[in-house]
Amino acid sequence: MPIRALTGNEAMAEAMRQINPDVVAAYPITPATEIVQLFASFVADGCVDTEFVTVESEHSAIAACIGASGAGARVMTSTSSQGLALMHELLYVAAGLRAPIVICEVNRTLSSPINIHCDHSDTMGSREAGWIQIFAEDAQEAYDLTLQAIKISEEVLLPIMISTDAFIISHCMQRVDMLEDSEVQKFIGPYKAAYSLFDKTITIGPLDLQDYYFEHKRQEIEAMWKTAPVIEKVAQEFASKFGRSYGLFEAYKTEDAEQVIVACGSTCGTTRVVIDNLREKGIKIGLLKLYAMRPFPHQKLKEVLSKAKLITVLDRSVSMSTMGGPVYIELRSALYDAPKHPLLVDYIYGLGGRDIDMDQITDIALKGEQIIKDNKVEKPVQYVGLRE
Amino acid sequence: MALSSWKELPIGTIITEPGNAREFKTGDWRSQRPIWDSEKCIHCLFCFIYCPDSSIKVNEEGKMTGIDLDYCKGCGICAEECPKEAIHMEIEKR
Repeated sequence: MPIRALTGNEAMAEAMRQINPDVVAAYPITPATEIVQLFASFVADGCVDTEFVTVESEHSAIAACIGASGAGARVMTSTSSQGLALMHELLYVAAGLRAPIVICEVNRTLSSPINIHCDHSDTMGSREAGWIQIFAEDAQEAYDLTLQAIKISEEVLLPIMISTDAFIISHCMQRVDMLEDSEVQKFIGPYKAAYSLFDKTITIGPLDLQDYYFEHKRQEIEAMWKTAPVIEKVAQEFASKFGRSYGLFEAYKTEDAEQVIVACGSTCGTTRVVIDNLREKGIKIGLLKLYAMRPFPHQKLKEVLSKAKLITVLDRSVSMSTMGGPVYIELRSALYDAPKHPLLVDYIYGLGGRDIDMDQITDIALKGEQIIKDNKVEKPVQYVGLRE
Repeated sequence: MALSSWKELPIGTIITEPGNAREFKTGDWRSQRPIWDSEKCIHCLFCFIYCPDSSIKVNEEGKMTGIDLDYCKGCGICAEECPKEAIHMEIEKR
């Protein structure tokens, strides 16, 4: 298998090349990253058979993707930040029409103030749109998960976004163990749409009023319920063929952990080193890396996390509910009916691309040890690296 | 027509049979039902002229024969305009 030095963007673009989708519609201008620009080169060089549609905005990009999906095509696109926000209206349309579109998303903050650096505001902002959302930790994961996304999405007929952290992953070069083109094609298999505008006369997207809308939404919820086991099944197939493990989340040294740090994306790499250092000092601490934000794996997380005394959540975005970040809110809700509640504390960090380092995570972990000793959380939501 | 449960519907709001708009009985919206009294009716056809949904049934001899409840929305204009009070509205029961 070829080993390459790739940025996160290149890794995702290479995955798109090997998938060879029927249609890619995109607006390859800032704040989009270079993913579609790289893919455009593959189109120009004849490396793919894709119909590449350049449009005038992200709103049009996802609209063209929805139309192509309705025609039975395997469809992908890529976006970031304001681009995803501009797609927002049509994200719901894609999910409601059960169009298995794959977005390679790069997590960048939303304006205002104007900033294009990493946080999870854009992706978390669309978490109720009916899309499957998976966070990758590094370029290898971005590559592997993009391949898995095709299979997951096409099985459950829900659109999916795979996201990487802007600049930290998207622009940094890392070792990526790629598959052969033929292995990718064999893994994803051909796509046969359940319905296609070309096969027989059908209507897509009709008016759906009081008498049917609710039933169609219920179908969408059911599809999301069925997605978690499909994510696990596709991950197992990927692991058995190519040796790298994925799933809904990764539990690292959580078995006997009194404190578990929960995070998603690139910060998990930094946190893992901190965990190893603290373990050497005899501190019983673990990491739970969340791959899937949607569907939120609440049942399994309850099993894994309710044994701990403290759950320390690292949230790279905020909810304006004043109750902390999205991961913390979901997790708190998931643990509510656990037989035994661990304490929970949330740390909002890295907004607008502000770095988080090992010292800060170590400090958070040690504060957590004190919380366990006191058996009390004084301030449930705190901010890391913020000038008070 | 009994409405399907969410488990029976084609996914994604796809309509798989073309031309089925004729099966859509828009009279479902009605909250009041017009009741026609043929004894009082003088067949002036004011109701036919005013009905916004062409729901007044008239035969070849130009006589009113009843109301098409598949499409009548229960607006009550016929009852309002009838000079002989041959049409009155009642609450629709379902």
